[in-house]
Amino acid sequence: MTGAAPPHRRSLFRRRSAVPGFGLTLGVTLLALSLVVLIPLSSVAIKAAGMGWPDFAAAAFSTRALDAYRLSFGAALIGAGINGVFGVLTAWALVRYRFPGRTLLNGLVDLPFALPTAVAGIALATLYAPNGLFGAALAKAGIKSAYSPLGVVIALTFVGLPFVVRTVEPVLRDLSVDVEEASATLGAGRLQTIARVVAPALVPAWLTGFALAFARGVGEYGSVIFIAGNMPFRTEIAPLLITMQLEQFDYASASAIAVVMLAVSFLLLFLINAIQAWSRRHQG
Amino acid sequence: MADLVLPAPSVRPASGQPVGRDPAWVRALVLILVVGFVGLFLLAPLAMVFVGALSKGVGPVLNALVQPDALSAIGLTLTVAAIAVPLNAVFGVCAAWAVAKHSFPGKAFLITLIDLPFSVSPVVAGLIFVLVFGLQGWFGAWLSDHDIKIIFAVPGIILATIFVTFPFVARELIPLMQAQGVDEEEAAATLGANGLQTFWRVTTPNIRWGLLYGVLLCNARAMGEFGAVSVVSGHIRGQTDTMPLHVEILYNEYDFVGAFSVAALLCLLAVITLALKALLEALEPRETGHGL
Repeated sequence: MTGAAPPHRRSLFRRRSAVPGFGLTLGVTLLALSLVVLIPLSSVAIKAAGMGWPDFAAAAFSTRALDAYRLSFGAALIGAGINGVFGVLTAWALVRYRFPGRTLLNGLVDLPFALPTAVAGIALATLYAPNGLFGAALAKAGIKSAYSPLGVVIALTFVGLPFVVRTVEPVLRDLSVDVEEASATLGAGRLQTIARVVAPALVPAWLTGFALAFARGVGEYGSVIFIAGNMPFRTEIAPLLITMQLEQFDYASASAIAVVMLAVSFLLLFLINAIQAWSRRHQG
Repeated sequence: MADLVLPAPSVRPASGQPVGRDPAWVRALVLILVVGFVGLFLLAPLAMVFVGALSKGVGPVLNALVQPDALSAIGLTLTVAAIAVPLNAVFGVCAAWAVAKHSFPGKAFLITLIDLPFSVSPVVAGLIFVLVFGLQGWFGAWLSDHDIKIIFAVPGIILATIFVTFPFVARELIPLMQAQGVDEEEAAATLGANGLQTFWRVTTPNIRWGLLYGVLLCNARAMGEFGAVSVVSGHIRGQTDTMPLHVEILYNEYDFVGAFSVAALLCLLAVITLALKALLEALEPRETGHGL
C-alpha cells in the first residue's frame, strides 16, 4: 500500500479516505451491477426454481442434455489441454527467443479475443469442411473433422488459445535466468532444471490459464455452431441446446440447462480464484 | 527481490551451452511447433476470411457491402457499440474509483461480481433478458400493454451487449488505479480541489492509456458479440441484424462471398484493434495480458 495517509477517524464500515466520491461511485457501481447483471441473472434461477425438482431434473438431465454437456465439457477439456501444451511453448518462444516475426506472433496470439466468434466460426467451418483445404486432407486420411466432435475441439482450441500463453508469459518473464544458472552451477542438468526449477514456478499460472480456457470453451457458441453440425445427441453443444429450447418457447427447460451451466461456471470461477490466492501465498 | 548483481560470466555446463539458452535444435523444434500451431489455428482462419471474400474478385465484395441489409447491419452494430461502450466506460471508471481508491468490506466479492459476465455463456446472457423482458417474462405483459418492444428489438440487443462487455473497462482500470495508490488524489484534496477537479486534473492523465485500452477491447467485443445478441435479436433482416448475425444469415443462405465480405470487414476491425493494442502496450508496458 502506498497510501500512507495519517489515520483519520475510523468509521464503522471503512477507513475514511481524503479521496472524495466514494458514495457516488460505489452507488453507480452497485446500481449498474444490479440492473445489468445481478437482477437479470437471478431470473434464470427463479425460473428454474419454479419448475419443481422432477421437471427440473427431466429438463436438465435428459439424455439429450447429458450428451450436450458431455460434448461441451469434453471438447473444452481437450481444447484446453492442447492449449496447455502449445500455450507454454508459445510463451516460452515469445519470452526466451528472438526471431524474425516475433512481434507479429505476439500480436496474433490475441486474435481470438478480437475476432468476432461468428467470423472464426465460418472460417474454421470452411477450412475443415469435407471440400475445404484442411478438411479434404483429413478426409483422405479417413478423419472427419467438420460436422463431428473433432470440429468442436478445433473451434474451442481456437477460442481458448490466448489464455495459457497470456497467463504463463508474465511469470516466465519475471523468472530470472539467474535461478536456472544457480541450478546448473549446483550440478543440475538442463532437464532437471526445467523440471525442478522452471516448471513448479509456472504451475499456478498454467492452471489458471487452463481453467480460463476451459471455462471459455464450455460456454462458447458462435465459433462452434458452424463447424459442429449440430446433430442432437452427437454434435450438439449445451449452449446450442438452450437456443433450441428457446425457439420452441420452452423457457423453463432452457433455464434448467442454463442453471447447470452457470453452476459449473461459478465453480470454475471459484477454482481460478483459489488457485490465484494459493499462488500469491506461496510465491509472494 | 533484490538481485545481487555480479559480473559473472555465464555459467557453462559440460555441454558448452550457456544456461538459459536452449541448444539450437531445441529452439528450432519449439519454433517449428509454435509456428505450425499458430499458423494452423490463427493464420489459416484469418487468411480464409479474406480468401473467401475475394474468391470472385473485389467487385462482389463491394457489392455485398452496399446491399441495404448489409448497410443496415453495419449501422446497427455501430449504434449498439456507440451506446454500450460509453456506458460501460462510465461504469468502469466509477467502479475502479470506488474499488481502487477506497477500502471497504466486501471489496474482493464486489470485484468477483463485476467479473461475473466473463464466466457466463453468451447464450445464457441472452436468455436472462428474454426471461426478464420477453413476452412470457417478468415485465412482458406490462411492456406489451404499453407497446414497448425490448426483446426481438434493438433495446434487447443493446442490453445483452452491455452485459457481455460489462467487465472490460473496470477490469483494466482497477489494477492500474490500485497500483497508482491515492497519494496524488489526497494531495489534491488537501490543496482544496473538489472531487471533479481531482478526477479530471489528477486521475485522468494517469489512467488515460489504460482507459483507452479497456475501451478498445470493450468495443471489439461489443461489435463482434454473437451468441447473446443472437438470442435476443429475433433475426429480422434490415432491422435487428447486427454484422455478426448478418454473417450467419448470408452463410446459411450459401452466399459465401457475401458472408465472407461482411466477415472481412469485422476482421479488419479485429486487426486494427490488435494493432492499436500493441501500440498502447508499447506506450505503457503492462504486467499481465487482458481481454478475457
